[in-house]
Amino acid sequence: MAVEHQVQFDRTIEADEKIEPRDWMPDGYRSTLIRQIAQHAHSEVIGMQPEANWITRAPTLLRKAILIAKVQDEAGHGLYLYSATETLGISRDELQEMLHSGRQKYSSIFNYPTLSWADIGAIGWLVDGAAIVNQIMLQGTSYGPYSRAMVRICKEESFHARQGYAILMALAKGTDEQKAMLQDAIDRWWWPSLMMFGPHDSDSTHTEQSMEWKIKRISNDDLRQMYVDQTVPQAHYLGCSVPDPDLHFDEESGHWNFGAIDWDEFWTVVKGNGPMNRERINHKTKVWDDGAWVREAAVAYAEKQASRSTKIA
Amino acid sequence: MSYDVPIAPGETPDEISVEGPQSTAWPLWEVFMRPKRGLSHTHCGSLHAPDAESAILNARDAYTRLGDTASLWVVPSTHIHASSDPTSMFDPADDKPYRHPTFFEIPDEVGQL
Repeated sequence: MAVEHQVQFDRTIEADEKIEPRDWMPDGYRSTLIRQIAQHAHSEVIGMQPEANWITRAPTLLRKAILIAKVQDEAGHGLYLYSATETLGISRDELQEMLHSGRQKYSSIFNYPTLSWADIGAIGWLVDGAAIVNQIMLQGTSYGPYSRAMVRICKEESFHARQGYAILMALAKGTDEQKAMLQDAIDRWWWPSLMMFGPHDSDSTHTEQSMEWKIKRISNDDLRQMYVDQTVPQAHYLGCSVPDPDLHFDEESGHWNFGAIDWDEFWTVVKGNGPMNRERINHKTKVWDDGAWVREAAVAYAEKQASRSTKIA
Repeated sequence: MSYDVPIAPGETPDEISVEGPQSTAWPLWEVFMRPKRGLSHTHCGSLHAPDAESAILNARDAYTRLGDTASLWVVPSTHIHASSDPTSMFDPADDKPYRHPTFFEIPDEVGQL
C-alpha cells in the first residue's frame, strides 16, 4: 500500500500536478512544507514591525494611508500562509507557539532596523522586490494550497514594490540631505536583501531535495542573479549606487557580476544575534499577550449570541 | 526570499509533529467568494473566527482588500464533506467517452450541430 502511495505521489510530481491536502505524501515532504510555509507566514507577520515603525512619522497623510494598507497586506499574507500550513495537519496554536519560543524562525531581513523614512522605500523596492522574485517561483510549487496562496500574494506584492520605489523616486528628486538619506538606505539594505535568497547552492543542504519534490523550482543562486540583474539598473535610475566595489556588467553573459556575500553576518543573524532579533520576538509575544482580552471577549460574545438563539428556538 | 530559513551550522531543525494537540482556538471557516455578479462563489481560503458574523468580517479583511468581490460565504470547515479516493470514486466516467460531443463524427455539410 505504502509503495502504491509513493508511486502515485511520484507520478503526480513528475506530471507537474499539485499535491492536495488529503493526498498521501512522504513524511519528509510534509515536514519540509510545514517548516517552510510556517516560516514564510512568520516572516510576513514579523515583517509588519519594521514598517509599522514609520506609520506615525510618514511624511504625508497619503503616504501614511498607503503604508497602513501595505502593513495590513502583510498581516493578510501571514493569514493566507498560516491557513495553508494548517492544511498539513498542524494547528495554528502550535505554529504560534513555535514562533514565540524561537523553535521556528522567520526571514532574517526583518532583524534589521528601519532608521529613516528612506528605509520604508528601500524595503518596498529591495525587500519586497526580492520576495516577488522568490514568490513568483513559488507559484509553481507542488503543494496546491501553498501555490494558491502565492498567486494571491503575488497579485498584491507589486503594489508594495512600486510604492517603495515611488518613495525613493521622490527622495531622488529632493534636497542633498534627502539624496544622502536615500543612498544610505540602499547601502544598508543591499547586502541583507541579497542574503534573503539563502546560502549558495553548494552550501544549501535542503535545496536538492526541495527541487526534487518541486517545492522549490529555481535554486537560491539563480534567483539571486535574476534579482541582481533586475535591481541594479533600477538603483542607477535613482542616481544611486549599490555598495559593491566588485559589481560589474559582464557583456558576455549579460549578467551583473557581484562581489562576495558576508556569510558570517548572515549566520550571525540567522542564529538570533542580529540587531533586532530579540526585540522583534519580545514585541510579538507582548502584543499576543496584551490582546488576550480581545480574543476572550469575542468568544464570550459568540457564546452569548449562540445561547440566546438556542433559547429562542 | 528564501523562506526555508536555513539551518545554521551547529543547530538542528526543530522536530515537527502533526500528532500534537489540535487547536483549542476559534473554529476554522472555509471562505467562498463571488468575484462579480453572474459568477459562482469559489473557495478562496480559510480562517479562524469565533462566530459566523466575525468570520464574514475577517474574510472581508483577509480576502477582499482589492475590492474585487460581490459576495462572501463562510462555512464551518467541519461541515465540508469531501469525496474520498479519487482513483476509484470517479471511475464511472472513465469508460463513457460518448458523453463528450466530439465522440461523434458529423460531416461538415451538416452545419452547426
